[in-house]
This record gives sequence, C-alpha cells and structure tokens, in this order.
Amino acid sequence: MNNYELMVIFTPVLSEEDFKTAQKKYQDIIKENGGDIVASNPWGLKSLAYPIDKKTTGIYWILEFTGPSDLNEKLKIQFLRDEQIMRHMFTRLDKYAVEYNHIKRNGGFPVHKAQEA
Amino acid sequence: MAKNEIKYLTAIKQEKPKKKFCRFKKYGIKYVDYKDIEFLKKFLNEQGKMLPRRLSGNSLKYQRKVSDAIKKARQMALLPYVTDLLK
Repeated sequence: MNNYELMVIFTPVLSEEDFKTAQKKYQDIIKENGGDIVASNPWGLKSLAYPIDKKTTGIYWILEFTGPSDLNEKLKIQFLRDEQIMRHMFTRLDKYAVEYNHIKRNGGFPVHKAQEA
Repeated sequence: MAKNEIKYLTAIKQEKPKKKFCRFKKYGIKYVDYKDIEFLKKFLNEQGKMLPRRLSGNSLKYQRKVSDAIKKARQMALLPYVTDLLK
C-alpha cells in the first residue's frame, strides 16, 4: 500500500456541483479498488502559468490517498476518458513527504521551516 | 588607459562572497513540495529557469529534489516554463 498524491486540473467551465460530483466519483473509484482517501483538498479556480488547450484558468484538486500499485492505471484510464479533465499527475510520496503533508495539514510548521518556506 | 581613471592608493577591499550553505541541510528540510511555489521561486531566475548549484548553493542530493519539484510544478502549470520578470 503506497502513498500517492493526485493533482487534477479540471476545465474552468465546470460548475460547482459538477466539480463535487467528479470528486465524489473518483473517490468512490479509489475506494472500490482497495485504496483509501487520506485527504482531499480542492483549490478551486486558479489561473494557470501558461494556457492549456487555449484556457488560462483551471480548477485544481489535490487528493492524497493510499492504495495498491495497480490502482493508478485504472484511474488513469478514467482520467483520459473524461474530457472535463485537462491534466492530471500522480506523485508517489515517501515518508518525508507524508510527514510534510501531515504537518502542513494540522497546524503550522516548526519555526525554522516556516521562516524558510 | 582612460586619462581620468582614478588610481587608488590601497586596493579596493573586494567584498568577500559570503559562505554559501545548503539550506536543506542547515534547516533540516527533507521534502521539497512541488506545490509550494514561493519556496521554489527562490531557485528560479527571472526567465523562470533553474539556478545552477553554484548559485543556489544546494548540495547535489537536494538540488535534484528541487529540480524534480520544479519540473512537476511546471507540468501542472503552477510555474511557467519560460517567462520574463517572473519575480
């Protein structure tokens, strides 16, 4: 069971409910395939650093989950089929990353990192 | 030799370049988050290109982590590939 972090960019024309239903849909797929969700963090509408498919803004969504290694393949097929999604990226988290995300979520950082970050 | 070049009696004291240190070792940072744009911007120049180790002062292990994080941020349109006046 590895820790993964998924970042997805939706098209900006997506309405709020569609965004929620899409999140729900993918979280269910993960749960079905034996993974479980650690944290979901929708950033919402953000402007992109460069236009993707002629769009300059996108809706960001970050999901941290743990799952078996073959789970990502199934997810990827869904993402490529879904035309609401412009771009997605999986990241494997090592133990420092998991700890970093954990600290970041509950409360601030120890002083030196906060001063650094 | 320009005529009006000033001649100093004593050599101008060259400002000693301050000792560079690897901020990751010093502050004990173990993970470079690709979502933390403000932190990554410290390792980019105005055109959005990555700073080499001799300028950023990172050790090899963390310079690679920073470059991976920057490439991920660029892939997800958090950082531009090339721009002007990024700061």
